[in-house]
Amino acid sequence: MPDLSDVKHKLGLGDDGLAGLGHNIITAPIEELVKWARRRSLMPATFGLACCAIEMMATGTAHYDMARYGMETFRASPRQADLMIVAGRVSQKMAPVLRQIYDQMMEPKWVISMGVCASSGGMFNNYAIVQGVDQVVPVDIYAPGCPPGPETLLHAILALHEKIRTGELTQRRDETGRGAEIELGHEAAMDAQPEPVIIRTGGLYD
Amino acid sequence: MTEPPASLDEETESGEEEMPDDDVERLHGAAVTVTNGQTVLHTDKAEYHDLIEALNDDDYGVCVDLCGADYLGNDTRSLPATVPAERFELVVNLLDVKASRRMRVRVQLPEVAPTVATITDIHPGAEAMEREANDMFGIEFEGHPDPTPILLPDDWQGHPLRKDFSMGRIPVQFKAVDGR
Amino acid sequence: MSEAEAEERASVVDPDDERMIINMGPQHPSTHGVLRVTMELQGETVLRSKPVIGYLHTGMEKTAEDLTYLQGPTNVTRMDYASPLFTELTFSLAVEALLEIEIPDRATWIRMLMCELNRMSSHLLFLATNGMDLGAVGMMIYGWREREEVLRFFEKVTGLRMNHNYIRPGGVAADLPDGWREDVQSILKVLPERLEQFDVLMTGQPIWRERTQGIGVITTEEALALGATGPILRSTGYAWDLRRAMPYLAYDEVDFDIVVGTYGDTFDRYAIRLNEIRESMRIVEQCLELIPEGPYRAEDRKVTPPPRARIDESMEALIHHFKIFTEGFKVPPGEVYTAVESPRGELGCYLVSDGGPKPQRMHIRAPSFVNLQTLPHMMHGGLLADAIAVISSIDPIMGEVDR
Repeated sequence: MPDLSDVKHKLGLGDDGLAGLGHNIITAPIEELVKWARRRSLMPATFGLACCAIEMMATGTAHYDMARYGMETFRASPRQADLMIVAGRVSQKMAPVLRQIYDQMMEPKWVISMGVCASSGGMFNNYAIVQGVDQVVPVDIYAPGCPPGPETLLHAILALHEKIRTGELTQRRDETGRGAEIELGHEAAMDAQPEPVIIRTGGLYD
Repeated sequence: MTEPPASLDEETESGEEEMPDDDVERLHGAAVTVTNGQTVLHTDKAEYHDLIEALNDDDYGVCVDLCGADYLGNDTRSLPATVPAERFELVVNLLDVKASRRMRVRVQLPEVAPTVATITDIHPGAEAMEREANDMFGIEFEGHPDPTPILLPDDWQGHPLRKDFSMGRIPVQFKAVDGR
Repeated sequence: MSEAEAEERASVVDPDDERMIINMGPQHPSTHGVLRVTMELQGETVLRSKPVIGYLHTGMEKTAEDLTYLQGPTNVTRMDYASPLFTELTFSLAVEALLEIEIPDRATWIRMLMCELNRMSSHLLFLATNGMDLGAVGMMIYGWREREEVLRFFEKVTGLRMNHNYIRPGGVAADLPDGWREDVQSILKVLPERLEQFDVLMTGQPIWRERTQGIGVITTEEALALGATGPILRSTGYAWDLRRAMPYLAYDEVDFDIVVGTYGDTFDRYAIRLNEIRESMRIVEQCLELIPEGPYRAEDRKVTPPPRARIDESMEALIHHFKIFTEGFKVPPGEVYTAVESPRGELGCYLVSDGGPKPQRMHIRAPSFVNLQTLPHMMHGGLLADAIAVISSIDPIMGEVDR
């Protein structure tokens, strides 16, 4: 029996379910329309925690103006938002709250980790700060900086737009943030020794 | 920097305890030192509350700051000869808004049971500061109206600012992100 | 039903039924960061409230024990992220007091100039967020537009828009760049008429006055008992400002007024901060005239790193640079408490040194931490909408509350 799976896939007849529909000529324009609408009207949820929140607010105001991307309406309620910009350091006490807000958002949703504290713990490698918000929620875009200037945040937003434009329409992500997949309880952190870290490849979608 | 108050040499006016016969200057019964132009009173946990009250009557009416300190393994701190050094210290900074002068009080607290009276009955503003000292060092304040954790999660074990609590670093991780 | 029946029914229904405990935050749009307030409401009236903090606890005081004194300002600057130069200033003053070094006059005046500009940008942030919280959403855009002017200047001088790490022990990190006078003058030219616009938008406007006058009242005795300082204390009518009462830097050589309120309400706190921007502009103008020439940091090579050009020429310079940046300079043992007047109140640093290159204990007395204790008192008896006004008027920055 010849292996026809890649032929079928190219013809849009594979086992991808709904995702496979995007590859044929009838639904492609619709899919493009949906993705265009999604990325041109992202609504961020207010999740400003610390200094990065000030720069996030600066990005939303007149000088840098997120409104030209349709994003100036920060929704206070996570039910109405589809983008969570985690702006600032996440402390141990705040991490459950972060997860709860993320869970309350409806699909499709994206997360931008703004600043080094959200991306990796930043300059605070200590007992109090979660070392990277991707330990808690899955992150799409990391924006470095301490704090990232508004231009950097806009670049991150545009990178997210690109990701939405080229990504799958019905993405299904791992439900938990995997971070670097280091499991550390509080006690273990207290006597952690420096160790070589094995670098593995691993993306968000495998 | 503020000038030390003029009345450094006065004897305690109450006279209820016998005057120690050393030549350390005293104010309200507490040993006085002057460091970097700032006056510091040293006391122990028994005399602490009365000292704060006496200073309050002396117009040091605002408790500006209350914090703890852990001197485990430290041998360079300077204390007057009459004050035995303990592991923990409670440091209270007081302010006299009428005369624009400051006073600092340092209380030596033992390692085993670092409890001391609360001063929220004199200075209500010390409430949050005492809760923070409790969280960070484990210093207990008797009579505090709300001795719950303030900065740390409710289920936190340990007192982070103690010298034997590790920083909690984890090894630096390198995370690969798809496509870059 | 008859009147008698209605009365009987009212006496049977428990009046406590109307009470409920609600939770506001830690994630809420009032843009003051991660403050959580649990309130007991009777209908719409707030009875008791309790601020729950700790959601931004970063362990900065623990981190400070692991950083050298030169690295210290990078840590403390992130506590009060709306006015970071003040925390750097109080830390640097504490270290210099322990080192017992004198810093040059130009460094002092540069510090004063930058701090007053920072006070202006912090108060503009307050005006923006306060306006937005109370419904003047356009104020958010206006306030930030003004703030961008000042931040542009900061970026030119310090390299960063926020969290500058510019004021370091020994002086400042770099001298003011060429053309700084023109930049400051352009800020001073543009701001006054924009502040007039804010007056039109808010100060004289009846809706604004209805929402802020008589709300969140506090008296001088209560404020002093709770340790509140800064605009909260000054709104009660008590003219306590550390720049006047216990001058530091060169504040006794410049002329400025202390803005004081009368009623201790939200409107007074708003008006005080608005007018403090004007007073800061006066100080900045005087700095423009009076700033002396000279070195921008102490010349003590054991404390401040040598100029980069010297490292190529001189072996001692290379060694000093190396020692300062790797091991750090040692500070003689001692303890000190220094305080400055930040836009939120008295910002103090209690620093204990054990003779080594890292602090034994560093504690920052954060004004917002203490000011937040006035929150239950101010919210009592007000409506829920007023609770937002009160939180906003305290102007807490959660980074310094939780540290």
